[in-house]
Amino acid sequence: MAEEEKTRTLAIICSKGSLDMAYPGLVLANAARMLGIEVKLFFTFWGMDIITKSKVDHLKVTPVGNPAMHMPNLVGVIPGTTDLATAMMKKSLDKIDMPPVSEFLEMIHDAGAEIYACRMAADMMNLNRKDLVNEVDDIVGAMEFLEMTEGAQMLFI
Amino acid sequence: MSTVAELKDKLNVELDAEGFLVNPDDWTPEIAEILAKEEGIEELTDRHWQVINFVRDYFKEHGEPPTLRAITKRSGVPTKELYQLFPKGPAKKVARIAGLGKPKGCI
Repeated sequence: MAEEEKTRTLAIICSKGSLDMAYPGLVLANAARMLGIEVKLFFTFWGMDIITKSKVDHLKVTPVGNPAMHMPNLVGVIPGTTDLATAMMKKSLDKIDMPPVSEFLEMIHDAGAEIYACRMAADMMNLNRKDLVNEVDDIVGAMEFLEMTEGAQMLFI
Repeated sequence: MSTVAELKDKLNVELDAEGFLVNPDDWTPEIAEILAKEEGIEELTDRHWQVINFVRDYFKEHGEPPTLRAITKRSGVPTKELYQLFPKGPAKKVARIAGLGKPKGCI
């Protein structure tokens, strides 16, 4: 409804690959697209797990060192706690109709969000294009990503 | 593009500050056609109507508008096509054309 057509662009850098850190970027990317905001996501470091075929469906939420879990770290190291916390979180996400991460990637990509993998992280982890989910548009360097998001609002997650 | 005040006169219904219908019961297909033009959609095709009718039926049943995810999962119109039908921000456009309030969902 704005009188003049101005494009707003959101650049989201996803640097963490745990289940609980995967969702904020995906939710924001999706919300932005729903409003007609251009979105470019850059996955780097542990964030690469989110777009790696062999990892995307196995992201976990770790209770140890995670203050939001409200449990002593000692409890978190008991075997099975991570799987339990992960299962609980997945259940809660499903209850509010949040799609699993791989489906979420497909959804935001279909919605027009562009998805990029960090060249340095890919090199470091020996990941090729074929190791990454189909929604990845390209593997680019940090400079290239910054160039293509000039003037955009940036989020680092 | 008309101002909200001009639209109010034209449609003869109550609109909020952003041009959404205040009362979903005021909605008619003719209002949808006019609001679609306001949103830059010249003609509502059968596929547009498939989305609009799904949204209105969902609202009647649940008392709240469906999320975009619910629309793409259940209306028969997938995400890619929904973004083509209602370009540049389908969430607000679909809700406005279907005569519902501004959407609040996150998904």
